[in-house]
Amino acid sequence: MSHASSSGRRLPTQWLGVAPFFLFAFLFLLLPAVSIVVGAFRGADGGFTFDNVAGLKSPTILNAYWVSIRVSFWSALLGCLIGFAMAAAVVLGGLPRFIRSPLLTFSGVASNFAGLPLAFAFIATIGPAGLITVWLRTEFGINLRAATGFNLFSTGGLIATYLFFQVPLMILIITPALDGLRREWREAAEILGATPAQYWRMIAFPILVPSLLGTFALLFANSFGAVATAFALAGPQLNIAPILLFSQIRGDVLGSPGLGYALALGMIVITGIANTLYLWLRSRTERWQK
Amino acid sequence: MKLLFAWSAFLLGSLIFILPLVGMTEFSLSMRRGEYSFDAYASVLADPQFRATFTYSVVMALVTIVFGVLLVVPTAYWVRLRMPYLRPVVEFITLMPLVIPAIVIVFGYIRLYNTSSWLPLTGSDTGTNILLMFGYTALALPYMYRAVDTGLRSIDIATLTEAAQSLGAGWMTIFGRVILPNVFVSVLSGAFLTFAIVIGEFTLAALLNRPAFGPYLQLVGANKAYEPSALAVISFAITWLCMGLIQIVVRLAPRPPAQSH
Repeated sequence: MSHASSSGRRLPTQWLGVAPFFLFAFLFLLLPAVSIVVGAFRGADGGFTFDNVAGLKSPTILNAYWVSIRVSFWSALLGCLIGFAMAAAVVLGGLPRFIRSPLLTFSGVASNFAGLPLAFAFIATIGPAGLITVWLRTEFGINLRAATGFNLFSTGGLIATYLFFQVPLMILIITPALDGLRREWREAAEILGATPAQYWRMIAFPILVPSLLGTFALLFANSFGAVATAFALAGPQLNIAPILLFSQIRGDVLGSPGLGYALALGMIVITGIANTLYLWLRSRTERWQK
Repeated sequence: MKLLFAWSAFLLGSLIFILPLVGMTEFSLSMRRGEYSFDAYASVLADPQFRATFTYSVVMALVTIVFGVLLVVPTAYWVRLRMPYLRPVVEFITLMPLVIPAIVIVFGYIRLYNTSSWLPLTGSDTGTNILLMFGYTALALPYMYRAVDTGLRSIDIATLTEAAQSLGAGWMTIFGRVILPNVFVSVLSGAFLTFAIVIGEFTLAALLNRPAFGPYLQLVGANKAYEPSALAVISFAITWLCMGLIQIVVRLAPRPPAQSH
């Protein structure tokens, strides 16, 4: 590589190689996001204003955010717990080796099976005329909705449905972390007289904490922005942030375009925080695993 | 004792996956009263709307894959070869679609590229199709870029490039006949994942008003009883097929020869 610097300064032609990518990223990722942020701080007259962001304090919007956060929180938490239990059972629990590979393959599929078809699957299973609902009613005379208060078309149903992709995502991410727990650490702890509980509390758990928290943040963001499943389950009347935004884009239900941008800005902020946490914790995990 | 816990955790957890799959399959087969039949599938497949929207989405997925490959592979190659200091920036950009929800991205598109803007893409069907393709490329960017970058890491691109150059190859030849074939397996993984994402995507297609498979699913879901389950089974089969193909491609791939440095 001797072509450089013979004639002093060269034109930065190598930038041409990445120009298409940066142009694409600028026009179809960066600029749309920036335009939302700008729109959120621009009034109807075109001047700068905080009115839109202040307008988010209306009860409907606050409630939409709050329900969204609750749904994302619980589906992420349950997804983490169940996914961890399953991954731990397979990696550490002594289940036969042949389960592992199919479980990971299946998790890869299930974590990508979201949107409308997922909603249909749950409606066919625990919806009003679903397989389990009907089975409970005819065999045991139990009315699922009356007995447990469970309604698929509410936030509880949404959380249950999201678990279908949250749990496998957790399995995919946490299995390598569990593999990273070296046998020597446990043996060393045992030789020094640690009980299994002490080993978990003082060695394994602190090592896993960044992975666990990071995955929780990822799962949270993952369900926070999801539109299609919720839309198919409950329709436009369910008051969660992404659905409210969907209705706003379709027909300005808030009656103020600026407020719509502020609503979108709020979503970027929330998923942005969750994802930053995830990326930061992941870099910490990787540092430790090296 | 430990084994008992492990088995019960595994089996109870599996119910979350198994029950909905059994539920949707059973439901999709019970359109005819009292016996199982494929009536719901026949009804779906006979619907001209199904064929039109499904074809539209398949074509969109293929176009998105081609565009994504042409955008990502040269960039990832060039950054690795000549501009490694740009890697953090490029990686950050490719992660942006995970940070910004799809619905917010498309909201920005509608604001920026509407009929009264400087680039009125939504003004015509072709323009909107192109905008939708850009949106899908953005959604698939994190997966495509990571797949390709992993593939590039496993080959010695600097040596390959120099060897090709000393044999007189131009950039097009190097890219098309040296680099792309060497990362073909990674590109295919990214392509299948892109396909799985695009085929059932709802938000972008619905808000840009394109006749894609996702909005059609929504329409059927709101108006029919048994057909949605049949469509769910079909969608699950497609997702499974895409992921299965990734596994097969990765497994069948020739291992790159060990490099000596």
